[in-house]
Amino acid sequence: MAKTATRESYGKALVEYGKDERIVVLDADLSKSTKTDNFKQVYPERFFNAGIAEGNMMCVAAGLASTGKIAFASTFAMFAAGRAFEQVRNSIGYTNLNVKIGATHAGISVGEDGASHQCLEDIALMRTIPNMVVINPADDIEARLAVKAAIDHEGPVYMRFGRLAVEDVNPADYKFEIGKGVQLKDGTDVTIIATGLMVQMALTASEELAKEGISARVVNIHTIKPIDSDIIAKAAKETGAIVTAEEHSIYGGLGSAVAEVVTDKAPCVVKMIGTDKFGRSGKPAELFEIYGLTVENIVKKAKEAVEAKKCCCAEMR
Amino acid sequence: MEQKRATELAIIANKVRKNALTAVYSAASGHPGGSLSIADLVTYLYCEVMNVDAKNPKMADRDRLVLSKGHTCPALYSILAYKGFIPEEDIKTFRKSDSYLQGHPDMNKVAGIDMSTGSLGQGISAAGGMALAGKIDKKDYRVFAILGDGELEEGQVWEQAMFAAHYGLDNLTIFVDFNGLQIDGDVTKVMNPTPIDKKFESFGWNVVLADAHDFNSLENAVNEAKATKGKPTAVIMKSVKGKNVSFMENNAGWHGSAPNQEQYDTAMAELDEIIKNLEASL
Repeated sequence: MAKTATRESYGKALVEYGKDERIVVLDADLSKSTKTDNFKQVYPERFFNAGIAEGNMMCVAAGLASTGKIAFASTFAMFAAGRAFEQVRNSIGYTNLNVKIGATHAGISVGEDGASHQCLEDIALMRTIPNMVVINPADDIEARLAVKAAIDHEGPVYMRFGRLAVEDVNPADYKFEIGKGVQLKDGTDVTIIATGLMVQMALTASEELAKEGISARVVNIHTIKPIDSDIIAKAAKETGAIVTAEEHSIYGGLGSAVAEVVTDKAPCVVKMIGTDKFGRSGKPAELFEIYGLTVENIVKKAKEAVEAKKCCCAEMR
Repeated sequence: MEQKRATELAIIANKVRKNALTAVYSAASGHPGGSLSIADLVTYLYCEVMNVDAKNPKMADRDRLVLSKGHTCPALYSILAYKGFIPEEDIKTFRKSDSYLQGHPDMNKVAGIDMSTGSLGQGISAAGGMALAGKIDKKDYRVFAILGDGELEEGQVWEQAMFAAHYGLDNLTIFVDFNGLQIDGDVTKVMNPTPIDKKFESFGWNVVLADAHDFNSLENAVNEAKATKGKPTAVIMKSVKGKNVSFMENNAGWHGSAPNQEQYDTAMAELDEIIKNLEASL
């Protein structure tokens, strides 16, 4: 099966949809890594390097957008959401300007660069900003269609892309809609809600669970904000137990967003898979093991969730 | 500039000062000192320089102004009221919960505000983005930004100083309101940003020194900025914080505090006296 890093998809999509002359792309000296370099090769007159100065880049993007441009600003997630948080908050979120943040190298799958570059907080940070759309695509086609959707969306969008090549989980005729979760597999005992590269692991975990007689639904939440509360509430009501899986802190990310929905609409057991530690250098596969971002851990948590559901129901009786 | 016109502008600027103080007094909160120091500049820009239209505030080819030192918006709101962008009586709603006149400028709420600002250092970068857009689109609008001297302590200012020079944004002109005072006191004692002129020169900018309270000096600076090709211009504008209100002049205490009624009445009387004398000289 084809494997593509979503940052590659981002670069391709910028070229594919870059004909639109309103599009201007900025980067902070990482264009070869973020793949905005692809756009630069084709549309050099609309590409500008801001140098290693992310705060300024975000506000330049806001200024461009204020004149009618669709301004893309790219750097690693750590610097886009982390270092430039306040610029994004005040000059892009508060203004509701048409800026698209293409944040690459998110999560521990950055690998060898280690903790300083492994952003595990960006979804939480960006999710707190009013007006901001937060998208974390799972595979190549979803990433490319997310870029298209971001261009068509009027207002700020944060897109989270990865460095690691990932397998396709969506079909070639996949339709992407901001804010619409995707049920990839039906199930009745538990729902695994995953985002980004954890979606593939969720599908594999579902197969493992089936061997043990547990029917696990799999839902891909590519848009963390605005979140698809209907698909989550439906899963909560129909399966009574949820496991969330994300390459991000368990605080403030997908898990928190799902918990917010179910506590409001359909209380049920929610077990979260994510991190609460800084990353470290290593190969992505090794780091997934160390930090529990694995099929095995999803299976384990799913079983726990099913057991917890029984206890809850017993108490309720 | 003809003396008559300079006098007319001075009258407008002192009316702007009165409205700015009325805003701060009505809110019992806000930033009078820096509003008074930029009153002449915003008057000059909106009355003599900028291509803007109150009936069409979003006009695509308009000149743009970013008040990077957003806390001094009472001066900006007052000149926008004078130019007909907003009703003058709304000035008194400044900083109130049911008002569109926020404590710092909001581009989505106020006609004529080109960028929401308030967090220091960000406005100059947004102005750079607007100037870059002008270059991309080969349009001849100009972009102005007003910065505080204390604001120069923000590292982001120098990120944009590099950016604007690197991309040759000669359509960008910034004014540094060099009144020498910031919240905690003398700028050279809090965190010395001087020599401001040499810093911008070394970053590749055209630098002009000006008197913030002399319309001829401001006119010369803007003309030099317009004539300068290939690089942005920084006008280092020596100003008096609290200008034209005797007890506010050169007093850091008036950076961010509102006058009481007696102080307000005194200030308005002083400004009325200045306006009366100017009108008599016409």
